[in-house]
Amino acid sequence: MFKEIRPALSSFAILTLITGIVYPLAVTGISQALMPDQANGSLVVKDGKPTGSTLIGQNFSDPKYFWGRPSATSPMPYNGASSGGSNLGPTNPALIDAVKARVQALKEADPGNGRPIPVDLVTASASGLDPEISPAAALYQISRVAKARGIEPAKLQRLVEERILGRQFGFLGEPRVNVLELNLALDSMH
Amino acid sequence: MTANGMLQIGFYLVTLLLLVKPMGWYMARIYEGNAPPFMRWLSPLENLLYRLCGIKSEEEMNWGRYAIAMLWFSLLGVAAVYALQRLQGMLPLNPQQFGAVSPDSSFNTAISFMTNTNWQGYSGESTMSYLTQMMGLAVQNFFSAAAGMVVAVALIRGFARHTAHAIGNFWVDMTRSILYILLPLSVVIALLFVGQGAIQNFSPYRTVSTVEAISYDNPKVDSQGNPMKDAQGNPVTEKATTKEQTLPMGPVASQEAIKQLGTNGGGFFNANSAHPFENPTPFANYLQMLAIFLIPGGLCYTFGMMVGDRRQGWAILAAMTLIFAGFLSAAEHYELAGNPAYTALGVDQAHSDMQSGGNMEGKETRFGIVNSALFATITTAASCGAVNSMHDSFMPLGGLVPMAQIQLGEVIYGGVGSGLYGMLIYAVIAVFIAGLMIGRTPEYIGKKIESFDIKMASLTILIPPILILGFTAVAVLVDAGKAGVANPGAHGFSEILYAFSSAVGNNGSAFAGLSANTPFYNIALGLAMFFGRIWLMIPVLALAGSLAAKKRIPSSVGTMATHTPLFVGLLIGTVILVGALNFVPAIALGPVVEHLTMTGAH
Repeated sequence: MFKEIRPALSSFAILTLITGIVYPLAVTGISQALMPDQANGSLVVKDGKPTGSTLIGQNFSDPKYFWGRPSATSPMPYNGASSGGSNLGPTNPALIDAVKARVQALKEADPGNGRPIPVDLVTASASGLDPEISPAAALYQISRVAKARGIEPAKLQRLVEERILGRQFGFLGEPRVNVLELNLALDSMH
Repeated sequence: MTANGMLQIGFYLVTLLLLVKPMGWYMARIYEGNAPPFMRWLSPLENLLYRLCGIKSEEEMNWGRYAIAMLWFSLLGVAAVYALQRLQGMLPLNPQQFGAVSPDSSFNTAISFMTNTNWQGYSGESTMSYLTQMMGLAVQNFFSAAAGMVVAVALIRGFARHTAHAIGNFWVDMTRSILYILLPLSVVIALLFVGQGAIQNFSPYRTVSTVEAISYDNPKVDSQGNPMKDAQGNPVTEKATTKEQTLPMGPVASQEAIKQLGTNGGGFFNANSAHPFENPTPFANYLQMLAIFLIPGGLCYTFGMMVGDRRQGWAILAAMTLIFAGFLSAAEHYELAGNPAYTALGVDQAHSDMQSGGNMEGKETRFGIVNSALFATITTAASCGAVNSMHDSFMPLGGLVPMAQIQLGEVIYGGVGSGLYGMLIYAVIAVFIAGLMIGRTPEYIGKKIESFDIKMASLTILIPPILILGFTAVAVLVDAGKAGVANPGAHGFSEILYAFSSAVGNNGSAFAGLSANTPFYNIALGLAMFFGRIWLMIPVLALAGSLAAKKRIPSSVGTMATHTPLFVGLLIGTVILVGALNFVPAIALGPVVEHLTMTGAH
C-alpha cells in the first residue's frame, strides 16, 4: 500500500517539471524565435498601433461597414475576454426571436435588397469572436454598404471577390471573407 | 452532402487509417521496452528518472499493486490541481491577477482533469492563471492520458501472457507513455498549431483600439463587486460605450496539442476549439481531429501486435470505424438540413460554394457544417470533449449523436486507452453472448472467459448507466438541479442528461447552456467523473490480472474466430444493444420529443 508512495511523489514531481515547465517553455521559445507574428496573436497594425487581430472578429453595426456574425458574448458583443456561443437550443423561442430581429435589422438597413439572407449572417457564432463571414454574406451586404458610402456596387463587388479566402489547400474548410480586413480595405479606398 | 464534404471526410478517414499501423507498431515497441533506434536518445533520461524516483524498472506488479500505484498517482494529481487553483493568486505567471478559484469549482476541475474528463465549469480566460493552466491542467492532460494508456496496455498483457502473475510495472509504463509517445508528438503538433496562428506566449492580455465603437448595457455591481438586481430580480445595467477590445494571451498551442492528443478536451479558453486562437484554420482543425483519434486508433494495432495476431486488432478497428460512420452520417444529415423555423423568415440555409448553409447557430464560418458535425462526432466517439461548435445549439437529432456516443461508453475509438479497454470489455461480453447461444465455454484470444471475468466485465458495463441515470434523476428532482437549465422544454432535460453522460463518460463536452458552475453541479458532476473513471479502471485491471494468470488454450475447430466479419457484426450489435437497452427511454424524453415537437410545428 505505502511502498508506492516514494515513486509516486518523486515521479509526479519530475514529470510535472518536464511536461508543465520545460515543455511549454520550449514550445514558446521555438515559436517566438521562428513564428513571432502567429505566436503573439496575428495582430493588425494601423498607424503603428494594434487595431485588432486578423483572427479575432470585431463588432460592426454601422451601415457603411460590412457586418460580421452575430456574437453572443457579454456584456458586449465580440468581447475577447469572454468567448462563447449563445447555447440556445434549436427550438427555443428566444433563438427564433433573435433570428427574426436580426433579419429585420438587415432588411431595415437595406429595404431594397430582396435577396435571401445567408444563414451565417443571422446566427451567433460558436466563439462569439468569429472573424469571418461566408462569401454569400459579404455579397449580400454590398448594396447597403455601396449606398451608405456612395460607391459603385461593382467596385465593391470586386473588392469583396478579391478578398474571398478559398478552402485551405483547395479542399479543407469553407470559403470565407475576413470582416476586419475587408472593412480596413474599405476605409483605405477613400 | 456535397462532393467537397465527402472529400474532406474521406481525406480525414484515409489519413487516419494510414497512420494506425505505424503508430500502433511504435507504441507496441515502446511498451515492450524495445524503443526503435531513432528514439533511443531518450533512454538515458528515462533511466535517470527511474534512479531518481527509486523505481526498479525490471520489477513487475500484480494487478492490485498496479491499481494502487495508479490510485496514488491520481490522488496526487487531484491534490496538485486543487492547490494550484486555490493558491494561484499568490503564485507567479498570473499577469491578469486572477484570485483563488472557489472551493467547489476547484474540486470539480481537479477531479475533472485527473479523470481525463476536462469538463469546464469555469471560463478559462477569466479564471485560470497561466501557471494553473500549464502546471496544473496541461500536466494532468499528460498524466490522465498516460493513465488510460497504461490500463489498456495492462489489459493487453492480460491477453498476451499466460500463467503469469504480473501485468507490468505502472511507473515504467507511465514514464514511457509520457516520454516516448505523448511528449514528442505534442511538441510537433504544438508547433504546427502555432504555424497556423494558435498563440504561444506569456504576455499579459492586450488591449487594442477597434475600428468601430460599441454601445452596450453594462451590468452594475455593488461595492462588494456583486451584480446588482432590481425589485423583480433582473440585473441592473447602465449604458456604456467602448472602442477597445481585450485580446486574451497565453501559452495556448502547447496545451492545445496535448488536449487533443490525450483526448482530454479542456480548452485554454471558454469557447474551446471554436476559439480562433486555439483553432485558427481548417488545417489546424484537421490536425486537431487527427490528434484525437491517432492514439486510440493506433492502440488497436498495438493490441493485435502484442497478442501475436494482428487480425484481432483490425477486427476491433473495423467495428469502431463502422459505428463511427453511421453516427457521422446522422450528424451531418441533420445539421446540413438546417432549422425549419428559419425558412419561414426568408433565411437561406442551402449548402453551396458561397456559404456553408445549414444550422449555423453556434458554429464558426471557417469550419461550416461539415467540419463542425465531423468534429462533434469525433470528440464524443473518443472521450475528448473538445468542441469546435456548440452542441447545445445542434438540431435535436444532430445533438443526439454526441450524447448517444458518450452513452455507448466511448468505445468508438474512444479515449486514449479507455476506448480500447472499453471495447475489449464489449468483446468479452460478445463472446460470452455467443457462447450462451451455441452452448460452449466462451474464449477470447486464447483465454477461457469464466465467472470472475464476466463479473468484472459486467461491472464496467453496468456502472456507467446506473451513475448517469441516477444522477440525472436526482438533478431533475431537486431545485438546485433544475435551476441550471437554460433552454425550455425537452431540451432542458437533454442538457442535464448530457451533463451527467459527459461526466460519467469522462468526455467533458456539454450542452453548455446548463449553468453548471454552482455548488450542486460542481459536486455532483465531480463525483460522477470520479466514479465513472476509477470504478471502471479497477475492474479492468482485475480482469487483466485474472486473464494473465490463465493458461492459453490452443484454438480448435470449435473455437469461434474473433477476427471475422461475423464477429465484427456481433461486436457492433453488442455495443448498440447494451447502449440502447440502457438509454432509449431517457433519449426518447429528450432529443426525440424535441424533434417530434419541432417537425409537428412546421
